[in-house]
Amino acid sequence: MDDSKKLSRDLRDIKQMMERSSRFISLSGLSGISAGICALIGVFFARDAIEKNRSAVSDLGKSFSDTDTILHGDFFNSTLIRIAALTFLGALASAFLFTYRRSQRTNTPIWGYTAKRLLINVAIPIVAGGIFLLALINNKVFGFVAPGCLIFYGLGILNASNYTLSETRYLAYGEILLGVINLFFPVQGLYFWAAGFGVLHILYGIFMWWKYERN
Amino acid sequence: MKVKLMKNPIENLNKVFDSRIRLGIMSALMVNTSINFNDLKELINVTDGNLASHIKALEESNYIKVQKGFIGRKTNTTYSATKAGEKAFKSHLDALEQMIKNMG
Repeated sequence: MDDSKKLSRDLRDIKQMMERSSRFISLSGLSGISAGICALIGVFFARDAIEKNRSAVSDLGKSFSDTDTILHGDFFNSTLIRIAALTFLGALASAFLFTYRRSQRTNTPIWGYTAKRLLINVAIPIVAGGIFLLALINNKVFGFVAPGCLIFYGLGILNASNYTLSETRYLAYGEILLGVINLFFPVQGLYFWAAGFGVLHILYGIFMWWKYERN
Repeated sequence: MKVKLMKNPIENLNKVFDSRIRLGIMSALMVNTSINFNDLKELINVTDGNLASHIKALEESNYIKVQKGFIGRKTNTTYSATKAGEKAFKSHLDALEQMIKNMG
């Protein structure tokens, strides 16, 4: 029946418009996978740098004044920070690439009203968290930096989950939980990062890809 | 009322919503407190003139309301659904669903 087809299409269009106008739906599962892989590569190099500088890392506070260590001088110029920056840029660029590709495919603008709202909402907890973590570093409380990253990142995603695919909140719960557990094992921060930013992202990405993009 | 709705739901379809663009505008405004002209245009993918005329029709039916404001010097006109608009749109949706049920 033609009428019935038209009506069904009307209803489908309405549902789609409600989705499209309230949530950023181009987020690709592949973005999660690629960001997770970048994180694991970063952890691999960071672990290597730390292993080679065991003594320096065991007492970070003292290491700053020790000319022989990886952390000597400007903290923001150290090997570890460089690895971290490269990892972050790699993850960001590859995540953007896959989401951009998906937005082309679903024919939704990548930089629109929903994207702006998503970014603002993810940014508020993360910027506040970033400032808090810088203050921790400034006060040489390094042990809580890793769990802090996981917790604030999780809170950022949780806040964002209202403005994008709602399954992102499971990723958020995972990050927050790992961060909280990490508080009790502050020396193992790097491994919690590998689990949170690496493994969780990859699992989440595979799940989302399977659910939305397989075909 | 219930019986009538079951028998002839086509009477419950709202003539004002007999346009894909108007359906689009209302759908977007049902899930957002307010949206400005440019974002609506981008969401629905229509020309300025086309969008404006449909907005006017919805406004005249008192289904949406217009707020004129400024961002710096530029005008920023935002739209939101009125209570009457939400109610009318919901009954329109119900009627659509009912019709599909009856046909299937």
